[in-house]
Amino acid sequence: MKKFKRFIAITLIFVMTLSMIACTSPTAEEPEQPEEPAEETPATEAPEPEVKEGKVLNIWGWNNEFQGLFNNYFEGKGLVPEGVEVKFTIVPNKDNAYQNALDEALLNQEKAPDDEKIDLFLVEADYALKYVDTDYTLDIIKDVGLTADDISGQYKYTQEIVTDSKGAIKGTSWQATPGLFAYRRSIAKDVLGTDDPEAVQEALSTWDKFYEVAEKAHAKGYKMLSGFDDSYRTFSNNVSAPWVDENNTIIIDDNIYKWIEQTKAFTDNGYNNKTSLWDDQWAADQGPAGKVFGFFYSTWGINFTLLGNALETPLPEGVSATGDPEAYRAATEGNGIFGDYAVCYGPQNYYWGGSWLCAAAGSDNIELVREIMKTMTCDKETLTTITKDTQDFTNNIEAMEALAADDSFASAFLGGQNHIKLFLGSAKGIDMSNISPYDQGMNEEIQTAFRDYFNGTVDYDTALNNFYTAVIEKYPELKRPE
Amino acid sequence: MNTSKNKKYKSISYAKWGYIFLIPFFTIYILTNFIPLISTIYYSFFENYMSGLKQIGPNFVAFENYKSILFDSDLPKYAYNTLYIWLLGFIPQITISMLLAIWFTNIRLNLKFTSFFKTVIYMPNLIMAAAFAMLFWALFSDIGPINNLMVSLGLEPYRFLAEIKGTRGLVALMNFLMWFGNTTILLMAGIMGIDSSIFEAAQIDGASSWQTFWHVTLPSIKPILVYVLLTSLIGGIQMFDVPQILTDGSGGPDRTSMTMIMFLNKHLFSKNYGMAGAICVILLIVTAILSFTIYNNITEKDTYTKSKELKMKGGKNEK
Amino acid sequence: MKNRINKILCYIVLIVLSIMCIFSFYLLIVNSTRAHSQIQKGFSFALGNFFGANLKNVLSNGELPVVKGIINSLTVSSLTAVLASYFSVLTAFAIHSYNFRLKRIAFTFIMMIMMIPPQVTALGFVRWMAKLGLIDSLVPLFLPSVASPIVFYFMLSYMQSNLPKAMIEAARIDGASEFRIFNQIVIPVMKPAIAVQAIFTFVGAWNNYFIPSLIIRSAEKKTLPILVAQLRSADYLKFDMGQVYMLVFLAIIPIIIVYILLSKYIVRGVAVGSVKE
Repeated sequence: MKKFKRFIAITLIFVMTLSMIACTSPTAEEPEQPEEPAEETPATEAPEPEVKEGKVLNIWGWNNEFQGLFNNYFEGKGLVPEGVEVKFTIVPNKDNAYQNALDEALLNQEKAPDDEKIDLFLVEADYALKYVDTDYTLDIIKDVGLTADDISGQYKYTQEIVTDSKGAIKGTSWQATPGLFAYRRSIAKDVLGTDDPEAVQEALSTWDKFYEVAEKAHAKGYKMLSGFDDSYRTFSNNVSAPWVDENNTIIIDDNIYKWIEQTKAFTDNGYNNKTSLWDDQWAADQGPAGKVFGFFYSTWGINFTLLGNALETPLPEGVSATGDPEAYRAATEGNGIFGDYAVCYGPQNYYWGGSWLCAAAGSDNIELVREIMKTMTCDKETLTTITKDTQDFTNNIEAMEALAADDSFASAFLGGQNHIKLFLGSAKGIDMSNISPYDQGMNEEIQTAFRDYFNGTVDYDTALNNFYTAVIEKYPELKRPE
Repeated sequence: MNTSKNKKYKSISYAKWGYIFLIPFFTIYILTNFIPLISTIYYSFFENYMSGLKQIGPNFVAFENYKSILFDSDLPKYAYNTLYIWLLGFIPQITISMLLAIWFTNIRLNLKFTSFFKTVIYMPNLIMAAAFAMLFWALFSDIGPINNLMVSLGLEPYRFLAEIKGTRGLVALMNFLMWFGNTTILLMAGIMGIDSSIFEAAQIDGASSWQTFWHVTLPSIKPILVYVLLTSLIGGIQMFDVPQILTDGSGGPDRTSMTMIMFLNKHLFSKNYGMAGAICVILLIVTAILSFTIYNNITEKDTYTKSKELKMKGGKNEK
Repeated sequence: MKNRINKILCYIVLIVLSIMCIFSFYLLIVNSTRAHSQIQKGFSFALGNFFGANLKNVLSNGELPVVKGIINSLTVSSLTAVLASYFSVLTAFAIHSYNFRLKRIAFTFIMMIMMIPPQVTALGFVRWMAKLGLIDSLVPLFLPSVASPIVFYFMLSYMQSNLPKAMIEAARIDGASEFRIFNQIVIPVMKPAIAVQAIFTFVGAWNNYFIPSLIIRSAEKKTLPILVAQLRSADYLKFDMGQVYMLVFLAIIPIIIVYILLSKYIVRGVAVGSVKE
């Protein structure tokens, strides 16, 4: 016993020491220095005496996605003026912690010393308006100095999300996140007799048709969808009015009621698998053992989440489609259901996810903020490079159109489909004029409250009541409808 | 109460040292806890929250917050949830711990590997509650190992987190696993501290092992039982991490695993200082009443009046 | 014979309970050796071969200062342990060994605040710390432990059965000052209790997420639980359960090492402060 204990202890100490050593050794990759000079040369601006540039550029975010891009495509290109230190503050999103920390910092912005003032911060669509509709964010055209021409290449909906009640655009994004319906070719063949994306799209083009296919799929022993929330975004993105009216009364849109009705019917008929987003069952449903017809997914989800879930054995370390095509093919061919998915538009246009950059009022680095916004969200070349490197769908219509026309962009995972082409079509139809500052809380709580209803734990009225209770806890100023 | 008559210790002349030694505790307490507590109570009488980045209030509303918490909210339901889940974990905890403590201290039974078992059953107490809840969430998911096992045994799969009983049961099970080792060891110490001559006397009188337990062991370890009950109840009222992570903050299904602190947490995160303050004050009063009742019912005297006797004993029994 | 059956029954119960206790640790170890996609697909009893990859990913994650996190956690936890045990003994000593007018009130007060859930004061605490300029500092994470009512109660109970008044009296006759008596006589007598509470408060601080998550902002001050949460909530693009489990694994290793080395003392020590009759 004693020996065993000592053995375990020594092993553990060994692992710890090892990790310490591994950690202190320089593992962080140096960003590659580009050979051609970057488009914007800050040198022309730096010598001007009247430009006051703060010494510290403070950027706030909830994850390090933007930090990675910034390091590679801005700082790595030598675009940060000498003498300016870039400081990232990352606060996790969990339990609204990011918003709470950000609120506090913004409220103290005036009192804070210049070098501690937030210059740039990131927001998500679901709560963007909370910041956009205040004086804490700057108009990117009037205050920051971008021109209408600079942002003309962007998707309109990415601007709608960050447009305040007076019509000023208060943020800008490097990505667009249109969504599609990814279906299993083999199951489509079995159910519909074809796996051709156009034919499948025809069969799924309205919700009524979608329902019919679900019925057929069920008869063959398949589930149409995996969980309750899979189709949620397609309904919530197409609402006819914001969640809250001018009297602070909560309004549940007809489209949301449709989602509830449809999902309840799907659940009771056994057309779905009763999962929730990010469940392990949900993930397993996307894999080789899954019997689910398809999934609603947006840009990031297909090449990252869905691909990973579809494989039987995960990709080996460092293998990617752009890095080493040969190794990639070897690792993916016949691996799980790689190649069995295809994408189509589905019944309705929608988007899912995305991050926006906002300039904070009181920033002492306006010049630099403008350059960052310009390079990272407006520059066609930079955005093309980002898409090529990361497969992300970026916020430049021309650049994406060029890639859509490029046949070499076919996705092996989707059986040779060029998904950028479909994303292009989907992105055009997105209309986000009915977004509200409360979307995040509303979306989360209605999914949570009605999960019990779908599961049969509570009746409809209880679920509705639980929804109201939960959102009013989150937003005390709101009222139930009379 | 005043024991200054005790000429032997001349306590009065040292009284100032009592105050001096209390300075660090009270200074830090006031600085880090008391001021926030008072401000919380103060704010409970105001309407005061954040609407986005706009501050609403503070507007003095007297007892409005209390009224809406007590009469319009579901606080009683959450109090019931908390108590229910706590009892669901505590009853097996105290029963199993008592059983194990008796086994471990029973010389006739003479169990082997007791130190190994004690080491193992204490271990869950050390892991981060949040991490523990995450592990359970994986274990008991719809296709988790537990459901796999049930299916392979020919049982129907059970969706633990979609069922009220399942979710409450899991929270209680985790509380049980995290604390029964600790309780076992405490109770063992209590049993081992009993003078063995009492047991011998009971044996001579022909008492059965049940009678011995009921009339000798149990009364002798009463103070420890009180300690266990009190600390467990306090922990129960503070129950938060485990149900929060397990249900992802929703307290689902149908808010039946929502504890009082989870409810408070909802208001904290929406920065509703007024309502949160009112919940805090109500919680304070409830806790105070609960602990006071238990304390008074089980121990006739409070600990430090009794401490005089103990001190004498401690002096005598010095080893 | 009956004894034999009893014994077998006891072992069965003990083994079942032990399995229940160990199983989640086993799950943790298994999952730390598997890739994200494997974990997402459900549980397996077999170890995977992604331990190295997960470890490397966690450690090379530039935005996740694991070593700093370990150092911060060690600093906060050690200081908490030292402050909580030393000052709780001091406070208990004041209540135990002196008679003064406010003694009963002081004692009742401490017993009352013992019941206050820490979440109750959290929001006021954060606002107050912001006023004092202590946001994003480690100080608010360990300083409040000077006033730890539960530790105090444990120390007092231990003192009542283990610190004879005669001992203090003798020292006074020898002319020792009250401070010297405390540091040179009381503290040594209290060593077993201090050891136990030091370990418990250390573990408590090590695992604490709630308050640190409200106080700490910058990457170089983050403690391990914040890093775990950060990894857990890192969005879809970087969401990697393999790394989450690996970080949890790294976070509980120091605790497990300490526990395995000291389990005898801990298990024995849990009981030392309990009231003896």
